[in-house]
Amino acid sequence: MRHAKVEYQGRVRTVTVGPDDLPIGDDGEILDATGLRWLPASGGTLFGVALNYRGLLEARLPEFHQPPYQKPPEKPVLFIKTPNTRNAHQGTVARPQGERLQPGPALGVVIGRRASRVSEQDALDYVRGYTVVNEFSLPEDSYYRPAIKAKCRDGFCALGPWWVDRDDIANPHDLTLTLTVNGVEKQRGSTADLIWPIPRLIAELSEFMTLNAGDVLITGTPPGRVDVSEGDQVDTTIESIGTLRNLIVTDHGGEAKQ
Amino acid sequence: MKSARIQYHGDTLAVAVNDDGHPLLADGTILDPEQVTWLPPATGTMFALGLNYADHAAELSFKAAPKEPLVFVKAANAYTGHNGRSWRPDNVEYMHYECELVAVIGKTARNVPRADALDFVAGYTLCNDYAIRDYLENYYRPNLRVKNRDSTTPVGPWIVDRDDVPDPNDLRLRTYINGELRQEGTTADMIFDVAFLIEYLSGFMTLSPGDMIATGTPKGMADVQPGDVVDVEIEGIGRLRNHMVSESDFFRKNQE
Repeated sequence: MRHAKVEYQGRVRTVTVGPDDLPIGDDGEILDATGLRWLPASGGTLFGVALNYRGLLEARLPEFHQPPYQKPPEKPVLFIKTPNTRNAHQGTVARPQGERLQPGPALGVVIGRRASRVSEQDALDYVRGYTVVNEFSLPEDSYYRPAIKAKCRDGFCALGPWWVDRDDIANPHDLTLTLTVNGVEKQRGSTADLIWPIPRLIAELSEFMTLNAGDVLITGTPPGRVDVSEGDQVDTTIESIGTLRNLIVTDHGGEAKQ
Repeated sequence: MKSARIQYHGDTLAVAVNDDGHPLLADGTILDPEQVTWLPPATGTMFALGLNYADHAAELSFKAAPKEPLVFVKAANAYTGHNGRSWRPDNVEYMHYECELVAVIGKTARNVPRADALDFVAGYTLCNDYAIRDYLENYYRPNLRVKNRDSTTPVGPWIVDRDDVPDPNDLRLRTYINGELRQEGTTADMIFDVAFLIEYLSGFMTLSPGDMIATGTPKGMADVQPGDVVDVEIEGIGRLRNHMVSESDFFRKNQE
């Protein structure tokens, strides 16, 4: 089953999603598209994994044997998408002035219950489901320092439109991801190429951090990030899960907010 | 004035704290500070600074001071309160404390110029930004395995109102292990100060109430071991105590 968080007629509701992709309220009422706003599919901490696709890591291996890296990563290369980055289906993303903006299609794993020191074998018991993530970033020339300036801008992590129950996805390690810009395919990959598969990620992260219900593991973006610009419609699709749509807009420098 | 979050008789409470460091209930009852559980006084994102004191950067063999702040991010799983427990993983060589002044954001901040930046600060607290050097890899350094470990960033005990700290750039910092002074410095030696950091961060992202900026530590690192009582102290702010335990003790108690 598919579940989503929406705002409808001024109320935030957790709903299921019907066969025509429209949300259904508890009372069976179908919430029509007018006056409906999709909300981020999860509200917990967002943990990202960089360099988690085979082609991506392999392409940089020669560089990773040189300073400042010295050797390839031994553990998952993790980052946090701060709460200000949370965005939703049909949400707008501003390209920062003077910067290149790149979408990052990724499979999101939604945690279902508190996980501390979970073994690889038990890991999937702690998963509620899967969602589509577009992990926006500025291009990264270097992986040496934390990437907050590249990755923690407002609205830089779209999640949705919904999440799909874990048991409805037979094999999360065999899903095709595609990114289209204005309807033209620009990037394609498969979760079969994850270096750290989901159970290993959960085991590695929960070894030193407690994962809580609603936290999301952003499992990584396949090679081939592309630039997008104002007016572009960016669709991230993951087979058997859904399509997350975002629109790129002009950055007005961020209004001074008080 | 000082404010804190505590757990008392099973309730989580936001309380004022008097000049003697005693929490006050809404009805004026004065509590024994040893009879309450101190929670981290804020739970937003923590933006923490690496290499923000020239002497500490030199201690780590960095030849030149950084031109741009080195900022890493922590989430709430990392925090623990005053008198809390932090754990040293088994079989590591070097885990050290870091005494840091923390500015707590009081209102939403985006594109704030340096001159106005302190208007966006609710107050100040302190943290102990423990690090485990064994786990440093050269990717997103310092990485989450070094800096975002469960209960390994003590924060507190309280927040001191901004206006009660006339000059955050002139405060003594000290760290004690089992009562013995091990680290001493002054916030005057910070490379990037609070006002600069608010301008810098809010220049590319929105800061929210409850977010924290941990401003880095001066030189004077030393190893900590299970059984150690580690106090970090900042003049005019407070003294934050932490009990180091072993990995097995920590997780055994957590299972109970």
